[in-house]
Amino acid sequence: MDISKRSSLSLPDRLFDIAVYVVIALVAICTLYPFLNVLAISLNDSIDTVKGGITVFPRQFTFDNYSLIFSFDGLLTGLKISILRTLVGTLLGLISASMLAYVLSRTDFQARKFLSTYLALTMYVSGGLIPFYILMRDMHLIGTFAIYVLPGVVSAFNVFVMRSFIDGLPGALQESAKIDGANDFMIYWRIILPLTTPALATIALFLAVGQWNSWFDTYLYNGSKPNLTTLQFELMKVLQSTQIGSDGNVNGQNMNQLMNRISPESVKMAITIIVTVPILVVYPFLQRYFVSGMTLGAVKS
Amino acid sequence: MSDLPLQNSQRSIARRGFWQRMLQQRYLYFMAIPFAIWVFLFSYLPLWGWTMAFQKFRVGQSFFDQKWVGFDNFRMLFQDDQFINAMRNTLAMSLMGLIAGFTVPIIFAVLLNEVRISFLKRFVQTVSYLPHFVSWVVVAGIITKMLSTDNGVVNQLLMNLHLINEPIAFMAKENLFWYVVTSADVWKETGWNAIIYLAAISGIGPELYEAARVDGASRLKQMWHITLPGIRSTIIILLIMSIGHLISIGFEKQFLLGNNLVKDKSEVLDLYALKYGLGMGRYSFGTAINIFNSVVSLILLFVANGIFKRVTKESIM
Repeated sequence: MDISKRSSLSLPDRLFDIAVYVVIALVAICTLYPFLNVLAISLNDSIDTVKGGITVFPRQFTFDNYSLIFSFDGLLTGLKISILRTLVGTLLGLISASMLAYVLSRTDFQARKFLSTYLALTMYVSGGLIPFYILMRDMHLIGTFAIYVLPGVVSAFNVFVMRSFIDGLPGALQESAKIDGANDFMIYWRIILPLTTPALATIALFLAVGQWNSWFDTYLYNGSKPNLTTLQFELMKVLQSTQIGSDGNVNGQNMNQLMNRISPESVKMAITIIVTVPILVVYPFLQRYFVSGMTLGAVKS
Repeated sequence: MSDLPLQNSQRSIARRGFWQRMLQQRYLYFMAIPFAIWVFLFSYLPLWGWTMAFQKFRVGQSFFDQKWVGFDNFRMLFQDDQFINAMRNTLAMSLMGLIAGFTVPIIFAVLLNEVRISFLKRFVQTVSYLPHFVSWVVVAGIITKMLSTDNGVVNQLLMNLHLINEPIAFMAKENLFWYVVTSADVWKETGWNAIIYLAAISGIGPELYEAARVDGASRLKQMWHITLPGIRSTIIILLIMSIGHLISIGFEKQFLLGNNLVKDKSEVLDLYALKYGLGMGRYSFGTAINIFNSVVSLILLFVANGIFKRVTKESIM
């Protein structure tokens, strides 16, 4: 088109174009290469991997690393608990965000101002790690599954993203439902929920990714409970135990060297892929939702 | 409601109106109250734990039996060299993260906007925020792998370019740790942080570019004089918001990327609280660290908001 004709006219513009494409290509490579490299190593024979030189294609293709890691008990328990906490945590988070957002969107609600400030404050003030730990202990939540999902049920940020979405909906629908005699809960259930699917999808993605990716709560509260372990925590243990060894520091203890032998590069990378794949699968589909959700949240807050 | 003084009867009507409205809105209350209690339990109740910082807290004793010690824990804190060290590390990594995490996404967004092939633009954008959704555990594993001395791609590349003669042990060098963390952060978050800027850029009117083209401005000049000023207000808002979050950088990356060889440079305030507070059972001391952290970040937030108000006559809070 005429754009290309114009750019063919001036040399600086053409140089500029080349520079832009080079930089953009570099960014794409820097982002993608590590993932492809990890994938290739995970599909490569673990003894062959030690020789090095694997880039984006496996040299000796095999699924052995994957069948090996699925024979670990910890991994299967971790998979189960990770899926469970993602489902339960996301569901609870969605209910709380949509209900609170609907209540806050009702300008006639008496306690609206109070509730709004009450929620907003939690974004700026937090008790900190240790008071929270003590509280969890006093509530007897340590060593239970509940500690994965309960603390994160209400997220002020998600509520506000959701509310700005509801604010953008036409009010006439709510009015007509009210005239038909629907109560406030029915309006929420029959009108608000179906209309807010895009926002719900965005928030579901945030919540699910957050649940799936967290490892620190397992480390802090349930580290000694093998039946409550999570995938991220298992991966963390495997990666951390060999990290010093892979730095070329030979002063590591015998334990580290032992771990090095039983969880070599390829097996570590296979676990990394198992942990990452669910996210890679869902996120392209939800992309159009979260881009709009993200901009909405930022503009309003 | 009304500024006029209410007569007794009017007041009772108003009060009855209040209860009546409350009854009318009972479903809204039913929906809000359970979660309000939830928030109280998990967000406000921990603040009560701040009292521990002013006690010599002992597990198993009731609140009234604890011994109060005033600011002793804070005094102990400020005299601890380790604390000063953790403070320095936190501030250094926050500042580096702020500078890199703020400028790189802007550059990326502005450059990506210049890509004319829309398929390529979409593809690169999709790829660029992939790392945001991957956990820090995975990212730390990937970064360690890429920077490792045996077959790490970064070392291989530098060797092949003859920039270095032997592999650099990135993860084992104290002085490199801050840079490793900052780079990891940039790798993970650049694409994600660019979303807002790209949205802001798409809001700039095409007629501005048209006019500039007629005047013979080069693409570089258009970028400098139209695109960048066009997203100026977005840049300012995000800068101030990130100043407010300066000290609360978290500890995941430091925990996962750090090791014993670099611990002098990797220990941040939260890790310090974890290790010397929770790990050693010194709950009061650890709480004092948490309070210090919260108070400093609140002050930063207020200062940032104050500057913001002066600059734009608006408030973000």
